[in-house]
Amino acid sequence: MISENIIPLFVAIPLAGAFLTVLFKRIKGIPDTLGVMASAGAFALSILFVLKMEIGQRIIYNVGNWGGFQEVLGKIVGIQLVVDGLTTFMLVTVNLIAFLVAVYSISYMTRYTEKWQFYSLFLLMLAGMNGVLITGDMFNLFVFVEIASLASYALVAFGTEKRELEASFKYAVMGGIASLLILLGVIFLYSNTGTLNMGNMAKILDSSEEPVLIYLVFGLFLAGFGLKAAIIPFHAWLPDAHPSAPAPISAMLSGVLIKALGVYTLVRVFYCVFGFPEQVSSIFMTLGALSMIIAVLLALKQWDMKRLLAYHSISQIGYIILGFGIGSHLGIMGGLLHLFNHSVFKSLLFLNAGSLEYATGTRNLKEMGGLTKQMPVTSWTTLSASMSISGVPPFAGFWSKLIIILACIERGLWFYAIIAVLASILTLASFMKVTRYAFLGDIRKKLRNVVEVPVPMRIVMIILAIMCIFGGVLLLPGVRQGFLDQAVEVLSGVRGV
Amino acid sequence: MNAYMPYVLCTVLFCIGIYAILSKKNIIKIILGVVIAEYAVNLFLVLVAYKAGGRAAIFSETEVIYPESMVDPLPHALVLTSIVIGLATTAFLIALAIRLYGKYGTFDVTRMRELRG
Repeated sequence: MISENIIPLFVAIPLAGAFLTVLFKRIKGIPDTLGVMASAGAFALSILFVLKMEIGQRIIYNVGNWGGFQEVLGKIVGIQLVVDGLTTFMLVTVNLIAFLVAVYSISYMTRYTEKWQFYSLFLLMLAGMNGVLITGDMFNLFVFVEIASLASYALVAFGTEKRELEASFKYAVMGGIASLLILLGVIFLYSNTGTLNMGNMAKILDSSEEPVLIYLVFGLFLAGFGLKAAIIPFHAWLPDAHPSAPAPISAMLSGVLIKALGVYTLVRVFYCVFGFPEQVSSIFMTLGALSMIIAVLLALKQWDMKRLLAYHSISQIGYIILGFGIGSHLGIMGGLLHLFNHSVFKSLLFLNAGSLEYATGTRNLKEMGGLTKQMPVTSWTTLSASMSISGVPPFAGFWSKLIIILACIERGLWFYAIIAVLASILTLASFMKVTRYAFLGDIRKKLRNVVEVPVPMRIVMIILAIMCIFGGVLLLPGVRQGFLDQAVEVLSGVRGV
Repeated sequence: MNAYMPYVLCTVLFCIGIYAILSKKNIIKIILGVVIAEYAVNLFLVLVAYKAGGRAAIFSETEVIYPESMVDPLPHALVLTSIVIGLATTAFLIALAIRLYGKYGTFDVTRMRELRG
């Protein structure tokens, strides 16, 4: 049994870390230590939750001790923080990647000045994301989404070159509009139900009949959270913003931010508050299929490695949304597993791109070549991540894609199954291009003096590569029960499947 | 007629903001568009919570105040939070605009073409 008093620590630890980093910025080594320690602490806590939570358990924390008023008034006032199976699953994913990225940044960020600014913004973003995951209150969700987004706008502009500033401006304006749409949706929901608590809201919406307003809220949330998740009609900012950030931040943005702020919120709101109606299911599937195929086609012609990876993020988010859109037990499981796998291999790929840039000074695939000898670790880890993202057995990505495709077939959705397979083949094609141009062939003259990246960066890449190779282990019965099944339980319980 | 006024007013304001974001070429005007759209949403939140002749949600010992006449205080708390968040976003956007001006020497977005294509 675990005490509910631990829950706020998920936000408090990174927030305190961000604050202390600013306070002790002058002392050498403090920003690194605090950054790594705060993310490690949050990760350890999330592991504790996985180990100690029982199946179907929900732990609730009343912020500001407003719990007593509930008995008097008969309704929930104040903010509740809720941890259930889905939340622990997401917490582990987010904090694992954050911890590894923090370790990687120790060496990588020496290229930039003002490391403390990086770490404090990084921890602020982590606090925002953890807050989004644990909150059970609609408006609080909006606030945490904004905290994480603001930190990420600033991190995208971190290099303060023309490119970065322009990308960040585009991202900030689009993100601002998304937040406004989300806030409008929250206002409509509050004026309709008179509560902000998600659990209460679900109950009231379930018993009341007011379809017109609800459809308006559907539209607002789909556009708002869809913009944050970069599903295809709302994707325009992502291929600019993600490559412009420093590599560890690209890994965080593509690996976990779009999932915590976009996919998780979409799923949480549409499944747990609206009960996942049929219309939304078909919208999810259509948008998922569109994202998968269009983004992968756009990715094929890219020569900037990070831009190519950014397009692939959109494509893989399509798979996840498709899995959730199917809404069957198998579909949800595939979506969640692919979410986890994607955050592992996409952050690894971005870290690889960062290592290549660190060593060679370029991101253009045409200017690389023959780097296998010089950079064996980067080369092999890139290969394993590429295999995983393209769905080659027995790598992790294969299993999650297989489950999603099986879920399509189970429901008789052959069209979507074929699109999923096709997108997977095109993904393989574009990653063969990466491997061919960056690592195989003859070495260029000016790249002869390139050496492998420092040790902390290597260790992180190797850990992530091992997870790419053995990610399928998560499906084994013993492991699955504690981690994946709990999260699937929360969502599939909603629809009664 | 009167009951629909907040909705009409806020929709018009919101559309003005979105129009400015989409069609203006000057960065400062785009930021103003974001601000206008944001204010439209905040105004909407306040107007929806408006109650004619409403009172603050505080009981008094000297006079009798009925709970029915009280205004729901929650939207006001929400709108304050939302304004503060809006302030942060605006400050960040303006800081970006200053840096962009330093790099390009202009506020015209059509002249900033690093990311085209």
